[in-house]
This record gives sequence, structure tokens and C-alpha cells, in this order.
Amino acid sequence: MISETSLEKLKILAGAAKYDVSCASSGTQRSNTKGGIGNASAWGICHSFAEDGRCISLLKIMLSNFCIYDCAYCINRKSNDIPRTFFTPEEIANLTIEFYRRNYIEGLFLSSGVLRNPDYTMERMVTVAKLLRTEHKYNGYIHLKAIPGASEQLIADAGKWADRLSVNIEIPTENNLKLLAPDKDFRSVLEPMKIISTGILQAKEERQKYRNAPKFSPSGQSTQLIIGATNDTDRTILKLSSALYSKRDLKRVYYSGYIPVNSYDNRLPALNTPPLRREHRLYQADWLLRFYGFKANEIVNAENPNLDLELDPKVTWALRNPHLFPVDINKADPLMLLRIPGIGTHSVQLILLARKHTRLNSSHLQKMGVVMKRARFFITCNELRSQNVQELKPEIVRQLLLEKKAIGTDDAIQLKLFNPVMPALGQ
Amino acid sequence: MNVFSFDNTFEGLLTLVFDSYQQKRFPDEILSGEGSQPVLFASTNTIETDDRKAERVWNGIVKHSSEENAHRIYRVFLADLPDTPKLLVKYIRLIIDSNKNEETNFSEPVVVEFNKLHQKVCREAHRINGFVRFQKTVEGSYYASFAPMYDVLPLCIPHFRDRFADQQWIIYDLKRNYGFWYDLKNVSRVVFDDLKVNPQNGQLHSSLLADDEKLFQQLWKQYYHSICIQERKNDKVHRQLLPQRFWKYLPEKGFHSL
Ligand code: SF4
Repeated sequence: MISETSLEKLKILAGAAKYDVSCASSGTQRSNTKGGIGNASAWGICHSFAEDGRCISLLKIMLSNFCIYDCAYCINRKSNDIPRTFFTPEEIANLTIEFYRRNYIEGLFLSSGVLRNPDYTMERMVTVAKLLRTEHKYNGYIHLKAIPGASEQLIADAGKWADRLSVNIEIPTENNLKLLAPDKDFRSVLEPMKIISTGILQAKEERQKYRNAPKFSPSGQSTQLIIGATNDTDRTILKLSSALYSKRDLKRVYYSGYIPVNSYDNRLPALNTPPLRREHRLYQADWLLRFYGFKANEIVNAENPNLDLELDPKVTWALRNPHLFPVDINKADPLMLLRIPGIGTHSVQLILLARKHTRLNSSHLQKMGVVMKRARFFITCNELRSQNVQELKPEIVRQLLLEKKAIGTDDAIQLKLFNPVMPALGQ
Repeated sequence: MNVFSFDNTFEGLLTLVFDSYQQKRFPDEILSGEGSQPVLFASTNTIETDDRKAERVWNGIVKHSSEENAHRIYRVFLADLPDTPKLLVKYIRLIIDSNKNEETNFSEPVVVEFNKLHQKVCREAHRINGFVRFQKTVEGSYYASFAPMYDVLPLCIPHFRDRFADQQWIIYDLKRNYGFWYDLKNVSRVVFDDLKVNPQNGQLHSSLLADDEKLFQQLWKQYYHSICIQERKNDKVHRQLLPQRFWKYLPEKGFHSL
């Protein structure tokens, strides 16, 4: 079982899993059962932070890094000559429990390279989840990666034990996927997604009728897209995300700036550093889709197929639509308040509550966390106002905002990105 | 100048509010802790904690605002900073003296200050929920110690009690020298006089640790380093999210704060 030799295996299999960005364990509320261990807390908890600034909440690991496929962007592709190993399902279950009891983790995030065939692999993964839930009476969080091409029955089994299932799309268009991952196609990825979303929907309906009907992947499904490995535009990416949110009811789409792990492969672009800034802008745009009531075509369109790397997407949208501003803080409806640059969801809540008491002025706004140096061009409040975007013209405002930002933005960017609690866009 | 002193309990603070209203005299200065302060002021008004008075003030707060607001006041009290009692008295007066519910009136500086501190206390409690590291003992129970910035253990206990319901555990605040012990049924407050714990890293003496404890600490440390993407290293953010003051208690940091 677990011994000194596990150290080396852990090193390889955690190292192999690290490029999967999903860190969230939030979204499920599962209470402990009598005599059992663990619960899932709705907010998710970060148990540590890696030196790259990412939250560590799960034991994110691969069952095996042997793989019969040869995806160009993946460190574990079969043509790479790297150390390979695997854990048995019992070992993974054990490690999870021991880490969990010491409060190192919120739960398990298990993926795997494809061993023999998709079904064989998926079956072993399901075994881990089943062991944890039955033998160990474990009620903590479990996220399983569905293996593209696995049978419907196995995916249905996985959904019974796991809190979340995900299938990574990785490459946003079919052509580019075929180019980089010849063993996969859109169908093998989208089919499991469809099975999962149908399963989730059915289970929800059942549970409305019978309180004790079994849950199915209760914390939903998510996926990951790799950014910058292909020539796909942000417009293509965001349209895909917004379709996934609305049609497949996904909980999250994660964006992962491409890290050149196989630089010898000339189907891939030569990059010196991962496109972190673009990745960050996509996350901001994603917040706008999910929490701010924006539509994908408001953020990117045919004339502007890519996000502005210099300014956040809410600001760029506002500068393209000066006729909607300035907005009166004391009167505007919540949806319009959300669209003001420099004002986040939290500030909107505070403004709505506070303006019942007093007419708000800029010093109130500042105390509520509104970023005035951005917001001031787009609002009027109860006092002498500064010049707004209409009077100054969008181009000038853009310049003014860029000057203000000249210093040290990259760190701030990362911080917000991995802040697990509040959507921080525009704050 | 009105100087009040109280026993540094939450009930004591609420009693202080009650007495101030009764005497129509409100504190300019508040001393806390039992007799530990030198008497700098001639006429210190020493509050006798009275649970019934405290309850009346609690109910008053609930009536003038909300139950949640009363709980928030308790959480802010746990900030355990020298100026917290004064801030709270000011806040409670604002709530009680008004006919409207003032808890959401963010145009009042004291409401803003109160909520900021509340957020800090909650954040610390949330961090402790995540950063507590249990060590398995020879007896099969689990022990953790920490030194939280604010007195937040009471806020964390329900979470640990629910999550770790099938294991015995102790979580100990080394800074305030008290902790909580769960015996599979109840949680009780404990104070140890001769704790066999290294105050530098919160680790139990090795004779008390289970055989495989060191192995799992090593595995966790290995995991921690393997999961980091070198190409994305970001020391500044790392330190912001995982402040150095926690490092010495974390196996993955090698129990070093430097
Ligand atoms: S199937 Fe998965 S593990 Fe295998 S090469 Fe492709 S991405 Fe990598």
C-alpha cells in the first residue's frame, strides 16, 4: 500500500496532472453521514497555495500517466519518453483518505491517461470513487474526469459517485482538434458531455418527485479549453463557452494558457511564455457572461474578434457604447449598475442597500470598494461631477485609463484570477 | 473622561452597553482584561458581567436590526484587538438609537469600519479552516495547533465537528493558550499546562506521533511541490494568498517561515 515508494509515484502523477486548471471544489453541499467522514462545503476551501499562486484544494492526480493516445499539447502523449507509473484504485483511495483526515485537502480530482482503451480506464476511475463512498464512508468532494469515448453505462456509474464530472474539450474547433489530437474528435468529447448533462437533468427531476432519488454529479460539469495552442479567436472561444453554459448547463469553463511542453512539435506555435494576459482577459469575459448579464456578442464581435489585452473587457465594452453613459448611481437599475466599469457585484449590492438610506456621493462609493479612477468617467452621483466619457470622447478615456494602469498590473491580475470567493471583475 | 473596564467576554461587553444606557454615560476609553491593566484613571467604572443584561442588549440589537447582525457583532468581537470594544459600542449605539435598520447604512463610517473588520475576521476563520494541519497521534486521534491573528477558533469548530465527526481531534490556539477537544460526541474547551508541542512549528513531540505520520507529511510536501507549474511561478501572489505567518505550521512549507 502506501509506503516510501509512493513518494516517487506521487511526484510523477501529480506532476502529470498539474496542467488541469480546475481548482474549484465549490458548488456542492454534502453533509456528513452518521459514522462517516467528510462533507463538502458550499464555498470550497483552499488548503494551501502553490508557488504559482494557485489554490490547492484537491488532491489533483492521475491514476496513470501511461497513455495510448498522442495529443500534441500533452506532456503524457505516448511518443514522449518520460517516466511512467500508476497507482492502484486502492492506493488512490487510501491516499485521499489519509490526506483528508489531516485536513490537507477538500477532496479528490482524478484524471488518467488512456490505458488499453477508454472503458478499461474509466472503470478503474469509477472504482476509486466507489471505494471511497462505500468502504471508507467518505462524503468529501470527488471530481472525476470522464475519458472521451467511454461508454454511456460507465459515465452513468461515475455520475452516481462523483460530485462533479468533466470532459476537457481542450481545443475549441473541430478542425484544430483533429490536427492536434488525431485520436479524438468532437463527438468523442461532446457525447459524454451530453450524457452527463442529461443525467444531471433527469436526477434533478427525479429528486423533485422523490426526496431520496439518487444524485447525479450534483455539482455539475465543467470543461477546460487550451488558449493559444491554435489560431482560434476569442470570439470562437467565447461563443463556445456561452453555448456550453446555456445548452449544456456547464458550471465552469476553465481557460488554460498553453504551456509549450512539447516544443519539438511544429504543429504548435513557438511561445516563450504562456499567454497569461489573454487567459486572464478570457476569465474576465467569462465572469461577464455568468454574473454580469452580458452576451458573448457584446464582448467580442466580427470587428473585434479578440479581447483587448490592455483593458478589461467591461471597459472596452463601455468605450464602444459611450451613448449609454453616464449612469446615475442613485437611480439606475441593478443590471445597468453592473455594467459600469470599476463596479463589481459586491459594490452593486452595497449601493442598492445604501441608497435607500442616503443619496450617495463619490466618497461613499469609494468606501464601498468602487474603483473611482475607472468609474468616474461613467457615472453621475449626488455632487459636482467630473467629465464623463461622452464629453471626453472614448479615445481620450482609453488613454487616461491606460496611463493609470502602467504600474505592476500582472500580479494584481493573477490575484484576482485565483481568488476563489468573489467575482472580482472591475473591482 | 468616562473610563470603563470589563472582563473581556462578549457578555461583559453587552453588559457594559446596558450599564452605559442606564447611567446615561458612555465610555471614552474601555479597558479590557481582568485587572491586568494599570489603573491610569482615577475613576474607572468596572463592569460586573451580568448575563440577563447581556441578553437584553442582544435582543435589542436583534429587534433594531437582525439576528444575523447580532451574530456579526459577536464575530467582530472575536477580532480581539485593543480598539474593538470601542468600535462595537459605537456601532451598537447607532443600531439601537435609530428607528430604521442602520446595519446596511454604508454611508456611516462606523458601519463601514465594522463591516471591514467583520470581513477580516471571517477571512481569518476561513483560512484557519483550510490551513489547520492535523497530526495523527499514536492513539489514533488527531492534533493541530495554530496561532490565529484573531480569536477565531470558536467560529471554526462547527465546521470541523461536522467534517471530522468520526475521528477524535484537538485544535489548539498557541497564541491564546486554549483549544477545543472533540471526543466523538462533544466538543469541549481545554487548556493544557504541559503541552508536549514545539511552539516553533506546532508539532507534537515525535514520541507521540503515529508511525506513518512523518510519511504522510512527506507525501503532502512532495505533492505540494509537484503540483506547482514552474513556468507560472508568482512569488508575490503566493505570499499574498498564503501569508508567511502561517508557514511555520505547514508541512508543505517545511515548517519554515523564511
Ligand atoms: S488522451 Fe489525455 S493523457 Fe493521453 S495524450 Fe491525450 S491529453 Fe494526454
